Amino acid sequence: MIQVDQLEVTFGAGTPLENRALRGLNLTIPEGQFVTVIGSNGAGKSTFLNALAGEVLADHGRILIDDQDVSRWPTNKRAGLVARVFQDPLAGTCEALTIEENMALALKRGHGRGLSRSIRHEYQEIFKERLARLGLGLESRLGDRMGLLSGGQRQAVSLLMATLQPMKILLLDEHTAALDPKTAAFVLELTKNIIEEQNLTALMVTHSMRQALDVGDRTLMLHEGNIAFDVQGQDREGLDVPDLLALFSKTKGEELSDDSLLLG
Amino acid sequence: MSSIAFFGAVESGLLFGLVAFGVFIAFRVLDFPDLTVDGSFPLGAAVAATLIVTGWNPWLATAMAMVAGCMAGVVTAWLNVRLQILNLLASILTMIALYSINLRIMGKPNVALLGDETVFTPFENWDIPFYLINPIILSGFVLVVYLLFVRFMTSELGLAMRATGVNDKMARANGVHTGRLTILGVALANGMVGLAGALFAQSQGTADVTMGVGTIVIGLAAVIGGEAILSTRTIARWIFACLVGAILYRLAIAVALNADWIGLKAQDLNLITAVLVTLAIVIPRMKLLKRKGGRA
Repeated sequence: MIQVDQLEVTFGAGTPLENRALRGLNLTIPEGQFVTVIGSNGAGKSTFLNALAGEVLADHGRILIDDQDVSRWPTNKRAGLVARVFQDPLAGTCEALTIEENMALALKRGHGRGLSRSIRHEYQEIFKERLARLGLGLESRLGDRMGLLSGGQRQAVSLLMATLQPMKILLLDEHTAALDPKTAAFVLELTKNIIEEQNLTALMVTHSMRQALDVGDRTLMLHEGNIAFDVQGQDREGLDVPDLLALFSKTKGEELSDDSLLLG
Repeated sequence: MSSIAFFGAVESGLLFGLVAFGVFIAFRVLDFPDLTVDGSFPLGAAVAATLIVTGWNPWLATAMAMVAGCMAGVVTAWLNVRLQILNLLASILTMIALYSINLRIMGKPNVALLGDETVFTPFENWDIPFYLINPIILSGFVLVVYLLFVRFMTSELGLAMRATGVNDKMARANGVHTGRLTILGVALANGMVGLAGALFAQSQGTADVTMGVGTIVIGLAAVIGGEAILSTRTIARWIFACLVGAILYRLAIAVALNADWIGLKAQDLNLITAVLVTLAIVIPRMKLLKRKGGRA
């Protein structure tokens, strides 16, 4: 279970450029829930994800993962509990390393690293088996450099890498946004399947309201560093994009005019 | 060129191969432009020579030189990782500091190893031409370091270090302590350079406080030159290319200095180095342009 209490993050505090990215955000995600997050640019989505991952440390408030306070833990220490797929296909993998080297790196997430060989036969078998399910023929290209793969292939491999080891929460940072529609659909389908199969707790940020409603069990909208609304269960069933916009203006008392939220 | 000049060039090529290994870690694996090398090379020489003169076992003295090199690397990386000083500047600070430290270690600008026992001494009476002895022993040293180095780079820690250099955010997300690995990597790099300095002092019979000038450029010349000639497809081949680059570089220098008709003299060494490095950077790029042109 993930608990976020009164989370506050301010960039450039005390300067003219002060930006209160998160303003006392509270959220509890029970185990096995798949949450989708929407919000306009600057709403705090990325900061929230970075705060959960440890890339940004909160100024106030706490983050608890299974009742353990991880608020002050840096990214690498949280990596055993938090797995992540980045928006940019280039960011989630090392293009100079081979597919198997990338996967071997991810295979040790949450474990100590020593002097034993990073690539072993039994690991290669695991990699081949996981890659084969993508149906992209990558299982026969273990020794190819990651840079030779297309954006969609890299995002699919990133997803496999993130889920090689167990985690308490999987963070997906608009991981289909940089892909063409067909590839994005493929990666999203893969995401749904993996999360369902492994019964993962996941938080997916998306720019598309449609996507936010189509997948997952619960949808949050962030606005000005806080949660504008939070729908799940029966309330969420049958909701459509206009309903979300209405929900937003009802709770916030203002019209949502950001086109970027309507696209997709 | 005489056999003596040829094998002399091979000998120093092997020594600078160790420097190239260090430069490879810093510049290629970690993407950390580390100029500490210019200080850690004479540091290794100073430590080894001083300890040998005071009666230490040459092998222990050489090991201590390596440790001293590692410590210099730790300082540079620490300045960068913990104190957030720009990596290039951090390495320059350590390099400058080492000049004073090297003078302090030796107590004078140079130490001569005349008649002292070095790691080469036990082999001096070998029944082969004298100019072959040092290259053969150094080949042994370099081979051992090469094998250990490749083994490390293919280990879990080595892989994490490579990821730290190419994508630190991704490495952290996978649980890699990037700061610690940067410190370890720069330490290893300078440890190998310290070893090279120690062996250089023992093969030349002297350690001098100014002997480090330009070490980094020679190391870079070796890495870039090797990459231009050989395959870098696997990490083992890539590191091997650095070694070959170092030997070819010293041979090229020897040829240039030995060819009387060119009219170059020993004092032109640094100029030749700069020209060779420039060529090594530019020529592969021209090859690439041609290939692209051919396809279009």
